[in-house]
Amino acid sequence: MTDLSLIFSVSFIFIAMVISYWQNLKLEKDLAIGAVRAFVQLTAVGYVLKFIFDLAKWQYVIPMVVVMILVAGRNAARRGEGLPGAFVLVTLSIALAEFVTMTMLVSLNIIPFTPRYVIPLSGMIIGNAMVASGLALNRLRSEISSRRAEILSALALGATSRQATEPALKAAVKAGMIPTIDAMKTVGLVQLPGMMTGQIIAGANPIEAVKYQILVQFMLSASVGITSMLVCLLAYRQFFTRAHQLRSF
Amino acid sequence: MDIKLNLQNISKAVNGKLLLNHVSFAVPEGRIVAIIGPSGAGKSTLLSLINRLQDPTGGAIYLDGTNIQTLDVFALRRRVGMVFQQPALFPGTVASNIAFGPHLSGHELTRPVAEFLREVGLAEEFAKRDASRLSGGEQQRVALARALANNPEVLLLDEPTSALDLGAAHQVEDLITQVCKHHGLTAMWVSHDLEQAQRVSDRTVLMVSGRKIEEGNTASFFAQPKTEIAQAFLAGEIGVSKLQGE
Repeated sequence: MTDLSLIFSVSFIFIAMVISYWQNLKLEKDLAIGAVRAFVQLTAVGYVLKFIFDLAKWQYVIPMVVVMILVAGRNAARRGEGLPGAFVLVTLSIALAEFVTMTMLVSLNIIPFTPRYVIPLSGMIIGNAMVASGLALNRLRSEISSRRAEILSALALGATSRQATEPALKAAVKAGMIPTIDAMKTVGLVQLPGMMTGQIIAGANPIEAVKYQILVQFMLSASVGITSMLVCLLAYRQFFTRAHQLRSF
Repeated sequence: MDIKLNLQNISKAVNGKLLLNHVSFAVPEGRIVAIIGPSGAGKSTLLSLINRLQDPTGGAIYLDGTNIQTLDVFALRRRVGMVFQQPALFPGTVASNIAFGPHLSGHELTRPVAEFLREVGLAEEFAKRDASRLSGGEQQRVALARALANNPEVLLLDEPTSALDLGAAHQVEDLITQVCKHHGLTAMWVSHDLEQAQRVSDRTVLMVSGRKIEEGNTASFFAQPKTEIAQAFLAGEIGVSKLQGE
């Protein structure tokens, strides 16, 4: 793709802006900021990736992945505003999902431990884990608040905080996992995923692209499951005291 | 008469606001004590300290002479059952609700579900019914059976009839008093209904703005309240807001 055609693509942003102005949505400023940020962030990442790929050294992979995890953790922790330790527990959950999934990918020889493979796949794992942990955390809060009477009844009958929150935990873990499971069911029928589309456009054999896409889809279900479960198991404790008393937020 | 529960100098502050202010009184074994007072008096807060759903910021509570802070919290909660204003039954059948408490500690029910149902005035067929499909009165009966399944010594009743319609409220009220007498349970019954307090209790404690104003034998308390605040409260002469300003 030439730089000139990339410049022409700005017209797509104008279409969205015209709609916003016409319908009085007041999204013009957000669209402009979003477009500039997308351009700057992606360009910067492109050069960073090119630099790292050219070096082809695994030492550069780790700091990059750590930065990704920290940014994702900060973003998802916003869903748990007011919950003590939200950033730490979300970041830990995302980090563990990345560690487990990546360790399996490399140790089963599915991918080599080189920046060209590890960084893009980590981006997908961490990005999906971020969305899943945000959804799970948000759902956990709303479940605990809407089931307050039920939880107090269970505690009063001698339940531990874990036993009393069991239904809320299940609902929250599910909420984190369902978008990924749904995406797995409709992939290829409704949408062609970004990674696969990109590979095909860049000239890869569609069959080869599909193989990677299947791998990605399966890998994401594991990482999203790990994050959702871990974030809920770590977060529910924050709603209770050591004496299994429900805190009021 | 032995003292079952002894509250000594109980205070509770939340975010700098004093909800309970040096409250002391004793509950004799096998008696029902009504806790009355205007809303905001701290009645429900007081109740939730007895089974440690909350902890006081000052003072101590003794159950059979033992400070409840030294007891295992789960064992305490099994000994001290609670029925709330809202039955808050768990999803599932009536039987699974009744067995919930014993199952938590890995025990089976000490008596068949049918017996618990009979005790709360429900037919055996209710065991398999979906708990969410019961009427308010039936749900509150199941909530009572669920609390009884733990074989408690003390029952905390937080306005157990105030969410029910008048007919169901009277039936559930009678049922609770019968059950308490039958098992010799000690009970603390929070009520905003003064007539109910007179009907059900042996003793009455009046609370206003987190303080105990007066306590005594229910008959004499209602016949001859000693303090001016109690007289005004029983006569309904002073509004809640004025009482809270005391």
